[in-house]
Formats: sequence, C-alpha cells, structure tokens
Amino acid sequence: MVERYAIAPGAPGNASRDQSRPDAIFKWLTAGCSMVVILIMAGILFELVRNSGMALKEFGFSFLTSDAWNPGMGEFGAASSVYGTLVSTAIAMVIAVPLSIIIAVFLVEVARPRVSRFIGGAIELLAAVPSIIYGMWGLFVFAALMQNHVQPFLGNRLGALPLFQGPPMGIGMLTAGLILALMVLPFITAVTRDVLMMVPPVLKESAHGVGSTMWEAVRFVSLKYGRRGIVGAVFLGFGRALGETMAVTFVIGNSHRISASLFSAGNTIASSLANEFNEASEPIYLSSLFALALVLFGITLAFQTIAHHWVARMQRIEAGDR
Amino acid sequence: MQKFVKIAVVCAITAAILAVSVPALGAKAVHGAGATFPEPIYAVWMYKYNQLTGVQVDYQGIGSSGGIRQIKARTVDFGGSDAPLKGPEVREAGLIQFPMVIGGVVPICNIKGVEAGQLKFTPEVLAGVFSGDISYWDDEAIVALNPGVALPNEPITVVHRAEGSGTTWIFTNYLDKVSASWHEKIGTGKVVPWPVGVGAKGNPGVANYVQRVNGSIGYVEYAYAVQNNLPYVMLQNQAGKYVGPSMESFQAAAANADWANTDNYYLVLTDQPGDGSWPIVGATFILLYAEQDDAGKAMEMLKFFDWCYEHGADMAVEKDYVPIPKNVADMVRKTWTDEIRVAGAPVWK
Repeated sequence: MVERYAIAPGAPGNASRDQSRPDAIFKWLTAGCSMVVILIMAGILFELVRNSGMALKEFGFSFLTSDAWNPGMGEFGAASSVYGTLVSTAIAMVIAVPLSIIIAVFLVEVARPRVSRFIGGAIELLAAVPSIIYGMWGLFVFAALMQNHVQPFLGNRLGALPLFQGPPMGIGMLTAGLILALMVLPFITAVTRDVLMMVPPVLKESAHGVGSTMWEAVRFVSLKYGRRGIVGAVFLGFGRALGETMAVTFVIGNSHRISASLFSAGNTIASSLANEFNEASEPIYLSSLFALALVLFGITLAFQTIAHHWVARMQRIEAGDR
Repeated sequence: MQKFVKIAVVCAITAAILAVSVPALGAKAVHGAGATFPEPIYAVWMYKYNQLTGVQVDYQGIGSSGGIRQIKARTVDFGGSDAPLKGPEVREAGLIQFPMVIGGVVPICNIKGVEAGQLKFTPEVLAGVFSGDISYWDDEAIVALNPGVALPNEPITVVHRAEGSGTTWIFTNYLDKVSASWHEKIGTGKVVPWPVGVGAKGNPGVANYVQRVNGSIGYVEYAYAVQNNLPYVMLQNQAGKYVGPSMESFQAAAANADWANTDNYYLVLTDQPGDGSWPIVGATFILLYAEQDDAGKAMEMLKFFDWCYEHGADMAVEKDYVPIPKNVADMVRKTWTDEIRVAGAPVWK
C-alpha cells in the first residue's frame, strides 16, 4: 500500500500512481462536511414548519396581517412584530450605511496609516462587544440621553410629523433603531474598508492623474469599483440588525402594538421570542412563536435572495459595460 | 525519582479534591424556577438554609408562566407561581400545589416632586390609568382625588410585564373585580392585551423601567418597591378607606383567607373586606409532582419547605411578606403525607 503512494523519482504524474482513490476520499470528505450545513438548514426549516403547523392552520394567512397578540384569549398575529423588525432595522440601516461608508472612505483614502490603524482597531473592537453590553448601555445610559435630550428636541422641532409624537420615554422604536445602528456600524465599516483597500492603486492614481479631486476619485473609482462588495457589507449588517435580540429587547419596550410614532414602544420578532418563549404554556401559544420564527426565517431568506440577485445583476451590467 | 514525586503530588491533590467534592456531590441539589414575586424571600431562605444544612436549593425567577411550564416539562424539581392553578388542573397534571408566602402588589410611580403615599387612587382611577382611559397625570379624575398635590401636565407611561407573570395575574384579577369596563375589555391573565404602555421583564424589570421613565406608573411586588425606593400609590380598599402597602395592611387582607375550604389551596386574596386591608394581595404557590422519582431528593425538598414554614417567618416579615399561618402549614404538611409518593410509598410521615 505504501509504495502505491510513493512518488516515483523523476516521474510526476506517473501512471502507476493511482490518484483516484485518495481524490475520491477527499472529495467525499469535503462534500460530506458541506452537507452538514444543508442538513442543519433543512433541519431548522423542518422543525419550524412542523411546530408552527398548528398556528398556521388555526390562523392561516391572517397570522401575517393581524396585529392581535393576546395569549390569554388564544389570538395571535405577527403583524406588530414584523412591523417592528422591519422599522427598527430600517432606522438602523438609514443611519449606519452612510456613516459606515464615510468612515471606511476616511480610513482608506484620507487618514494617515497610523490614524487609520488606530481607528480601524477601535472599530474591530466595537464589533466584538457582546450585544448584551449594548443592551445594558442602551437602557441605563442611552435611554436616559434619549429621554432627556434627543426626544424632547425632536418632539419640539418635528412634533408635527406623526413619527415624532408622544411622550419621550427614552425607550422605544427609535432608541432600538439607534442602538442597532451602532451595532451594525462596525460590521459594515470593517468590510467596506477591506473592499476599498482591494481597489487597485493604479486606478486611483490614474484618477488623480487626470485631475480628479479626492471626492471624485472616491466617488467614481473606489466606490464604483467596490460597489458589489459594499452591497455585500450592507446586507451583512442588515442580517445582523434583523435578528438582533438582546440589545433590542432591553430598549424597545416590548409591546405588541403598531404605532406611527417612533417614540412609542414596539417589539421585534426576535425580542418577542426572547421574552415569551420560556413561558408559552399553551400549545397554540408555543406554535405561534414558532410561526413567528418561521416568518423571521422567511424575511431573512427573502432579503438574502434579493441581495444575491442584485449583486448578480450588477455583475452582468458591469460585464455588459466592458 | 523526581517524576515519582510529581506523580505522587498529583495523586494526592486529586484525592484531596475528590474527598472534598464527593460529599458535595452526594448531597442532592434541588432546583426550582418560576415567579419573580417571591424571589427576594426565597433567596434569603435558600441562602440561610444552605448555611445551616449545606443543602443547595436554587431558584430562578423566570415568571409564573415559566414556572408552570418548566415543572410540567419536568426540567425543575419544583415550580413557583403566583397565579394558583385551579384544583382540577393541578390533579390532571399529577401535581400538588401549596402556598408558600403572601405578599402585596403595589402600584409604583415616578413623577417629579411626588413622594411615596402622596398620591391616592380609587379602584376606578387605577383601572382607568392602566387601561389608557386616563392618559395625563393632571386628568380631572386624578386631580379630584388629590387636592394639593402638584400634578404635571405630562403623559402617563404605563409599565407592565412583558412575559407571563403571576404578579400581572394578581393585579389584573383585582382590576377585573373592581372595574366593569376592565372586565369587559381586558380581563384577568398572566398575560393580558394591554391597551397602552411598555413591557418589562420580571418584577426587577418593571421597577427599573419605572425608575428610568419620567411620568411612569407600574406594579410590582412590595419588596421591589422598597428595594428600589420607588413611591407607591395609596389605594382605596373595599371598605372605602385609603390604605398604604405595609405588613399590617397585607396581614389584614390575609386574615380573611379561608384555606381549609379550598381545592388544592386555590385562593385569591384581592379586594378583601376590612378597614385596614390592602386591596391587591396574593399568595405565591409551589408546584411539585405528587409522584416523585427519588425519595432522597423529595425528602430534601420537603424538608426545606418545612423549614421555611417553621423558621422562615421572621425573615419573611423583614422582607415585607406575610408568612403562612401555623395551622395552614400543618394542613400543607398533611397534604404532603397524603399525596406525595415514591413508588407508591409516602415520603413525608
């Protein structure tokens, strides 16, 4: 057996050396390990569907459209949780995406290497902070700041908009969205920075060579070259904001209501699960929570697919450009 | 030689560790989970009991609904709930239920310049505030009851529990009794469809939110109001008198309890008669399986509860809970003798 694998001197790829067996083993080993991912995925989906069956049968499509959440009466609807999940994530993205890109541009294009390394390190550190810390800080420090300064200010200036009406409680949808923005910011920034660093220096140099300002070089060369990677970074942050649990649970106020005001309390799918899963005593209650999880799974999958297609389309358009 | 010494040292240390830890492993740890309402007193009892006997009893405050669910799933040895299960439900699940201690649920508020006991509410006003019908602190209904108290023109933020809670059950049971519109729209439950407000997790969470949010009102077990130094609201009781929460007013309400004529100790103590009675009082209950697997562990568990009845009263009073009267404790002990079995044989004799 040993001789079979020994490389004959001076004869690489010798016909006597049978490569098919080790290659097959290698192939199956790697394929098998990859299958684990598919199996876990399928297993999760299967369990979610199986356990949520009762609720879906009971409520049907109205589970998605109803905002009733009344465990005492056995009425359940996902609308308020879905709304809260999407709104809090939207607030986070509206703030975090431009900010992250600006920071990344500064780190790569503007800052001196030492400054860039220092701030870059700080951002990576921020990404490593556990979410419960964000939650505690959000409740004890940030919520007070919101209540005493930010919300009264917004209420006075923009109180005519339904978005900024109601009592400044400090906790609520807006606070949750801002905390989420802080949490996804390091992720988007770090990936965007890496993407911008991959832009070939010769492209940037030629932009400067034809007399571009720093802004023009960034706008038309770096960001354009890296836009697929940046979209990827944005969706990475998006995915995290969508499913973030602990920090949101601390500050969102946990109420199953849809309200136009960002000051009012709401809930997300993840925060509802965290709050209620432990004590859902009736089967229909538990099943409804599983159905909520299934909805979150569906939302994540939908946005993943959109992101995938978007990137693919950009690729095709770029290919067509050339 | 050196190697031999090393091995000998390692062996000696291992043996020492084993010698110390084996008795600890031998003593059975008892695990419970459930209501956060009695958690402060349970923590004191468990600590003291552990010091005296070395027996480890631990309790996680996860809410009453959680306690019921965990005991039914058999992940804990006993469950805690402030919302008693009805007799048939207890039997159907093969459980027994008994009261451990009595406490009061207290509305707490956070309004600038208003101190504990300054504010007075009638049952109707309390229901109005928690159902959102009264939404400003300077609402006529509140001002009329509280002449001389400077009430701000600020919106009221209601803080309620986010998860299934026995404290909520006791509180809503009271509002259900005293307000027809509450009964019609909201009802009694461990979770109810709150028309207004924000949800916080556990009694500590509600206390925390009320402390943070200006113009808020919530409800907690009295110990949490005291611990967090939060101003309580005086309530008008069934006799029409305004009372504050205290040991005496809880005791006055508990004095009406007639445990002997209950099915599995199902008894609710809200809205009790008597001039001095605090209107929102409730017992907190322990749930455990009538059919136990392990005689040793069952015995450890019952011994602990027995010790709490026997020696825990002073500690309970210190934490502003009303201890279970001696005659009721004897009734509970008889229930243990009659119902708790390991392989058909009684455990508690």
